[in-house]
Amino acid sequence: MAQGIAKAPLPDQRNLAWYVDKTVQVLVFVGGISAILLILGIFVFITKEGMGFITQTLDIGEFFTSPNWRPTSENRPTYGALALIAGTASVTGLAMLVAVPFSLGAAIFIGEFATGKTREILKILVEMLAAIPSVVWGFIGLSIMNPLIIDLFNVPVGLNVLNSGLILGLMAAPIMTTLAEDALKAVPDGYREAAEAMGATRWQVIFRVVFPAAKNGLVAAVLLGVGRGFGETMAVLMASGHSINIPTSPFDSVRALTATIAAELGETAVGSDHYRALFTLGIFLFAITFLINLTADLVVRGPRKR
Amino acid sequence: MVDLETLPEEPSESAAPEVDIVHAIETRKLNLWYGTFQAIFDVDLEVKHNLITSMIGPSGCGKSTFLRCCNRINERLGYVRTTGAVEILGHDIYAPEVELIQVRKQVGMVFQRPNPLPLSIRDNILFGARLHDPEAAKASRAAQDDIVEKALTRVLLWDTVKDRLGHSARELSLEEQQKLCIARLLPVQPKVLLMDEPCSALDPKGTEAVEELIWELREAYTILIVTHNMAQARRASDECIFMLHGKVVEHTKTAEMFVTPIHKETADYIEGRYG
Repeated sequence: MAQGIAKAPLPDQRNLAWYVDKTVQVLVFVGGISAILLILGIFVFITKEGMGFITQTLDIGEFFTSPNWRPTSENRPTYGALALIAGTASVTGLAMLVAVPFSLGAAIFIGEFATGKTREILKILVEMLAAIPSVVWGFIGLSIMNPLIIDLFNVPVGLNVLNSGLILGLMAAPIMTTLAEDALKAVPDGYREAAEAMGATRWQVIFRVVFPAAKNGLVAAVLLGVGRGFGETMAVLMASGHSINIPTSPFDSVRALTATIAAELGETAVGSDHYRALFTLGIFLFAITFLINLTADLVVRGPRKR
Repeated sequence: MVDLETLPEEPSESAAPEVDIVHAIETRKLNLWYGTFQAIFDVDLEVKHNLITSMIGPSGCGKSTFLRCCNRINERLGYVRTTGAVEILGHDIYAPEVELIQVRKQVGMVFQRPNPLPLSIRDNILFGARLHDPEAAKASRAAQDDIVEKALTRVLLWDTVKDRLGHSARELSLEEQQKLCIARLLPVQPKVLLMDEPCSALDPKGTEAVEELIWELREAYTILIVTHNMAQARRASDECIFMLHGKVVEHTKTAEMFVTPIHKETADYIEGRYG
């Protein structure tokens, strides 16, 4: 008589692996969703605190056109953010003038010329530079750049657009270098080989082939650097001089949007007009950085859709 | 800088009588190492002018490496060491005073995978011309259009792409891309074309079209073509080189090699016993 085969185990049996798998699935999902929830939460919080002020008290025209930021005035407080916007813009602008050539140059060297060990060491160094806390940069601005600028240019104050722009530029350069290098590396090597085989020099290869091919990634790198510049607080607070001023020269002290919030928020009564005005600045900053990041994201994705 | 084209006319110091160069490519005792791995051993080859010479052999036999010595593109790897001499049209391209740019102007290369640059079709054709001929770079649009039309017509691509010259070259089919890659070499007027398995990424129809094109070009250029496809070597080349383990085993007329191979290895390879 033929022997029957052993009965198979029940297909719906659940062992430890099954439970571990389910638990991990849930954890990963919670981890993923929480990032989005937190960002949304921040957005809602800032809007709740600032929005009422924007719609009720704030004169939007004054906010964008008046350079007078006098939230603590006893007679008539004014909330003109123009000087603050100009401060942030001038510092970020100068920072980009410094950072773009530096970071593109570094990215080209690391990505296209350096090989083997040199390349690895440089990459690690650049990433280490990106990890320097901003207060340390601010400290450098305050204690090294400040006297240096006073001496070199014979100006009374060394805490100004030039100082904070340089500091911010050096701060933004490493992250821009890393992103730009990624963009250069994403260009298929076949393009370089083809161009070299046709007799292009290294520079011609980079300028005529690699740059156009990496264009989107490079633009995104610069935009993210700009976003970083807009949002940077501590270094700018320490190096810019923190005086409300529409700058007319690099040697004018300015005050940034971020630095204003950082310096004043602790001294306002929760819920007061001043407090809510600072949140308005926050909404404005949030909107700008969001737009910049979104643009950078779209620039990177743009051509892939086609 | 050494201009390979103009040098022969100048009086040479050896005062040897000028002879017509019979060999477009001539190597003497060519050895090549990738790091410590030797890929080519003492290769002496003479590739005749205005013929199609094909190189066959199993994978890793050094045929692509040899090809890549002829325009020194191997060197971009950085860890390649070469000894011996490679003469292109009578000039040793490994001589210290040689400018790579001039070598690569004389020697065009077509790669295994079509690799048009991420530019428009038009700019791909004009790329080499702009590099080597400053006048072409500044020439009027009409003159440039003329260069583009001539090159594309020569590779039988003009009718298909004439209405979309501004489109990206990456939009073309693989066959068209490979033709474009050949076409972009022509405005620079190279003397030698190196082709590294130019049809291996193409379908049979594309292979046939590109082969026909290569056959068309043979009167004007010396073509050295590496192929895995023995049928292709047989039907589309005048002479044939068989390489094995980094050495040249046999170099004869294609018709002879495939009918009466001299060496046993050649016969075995041709009959498909290995490779």
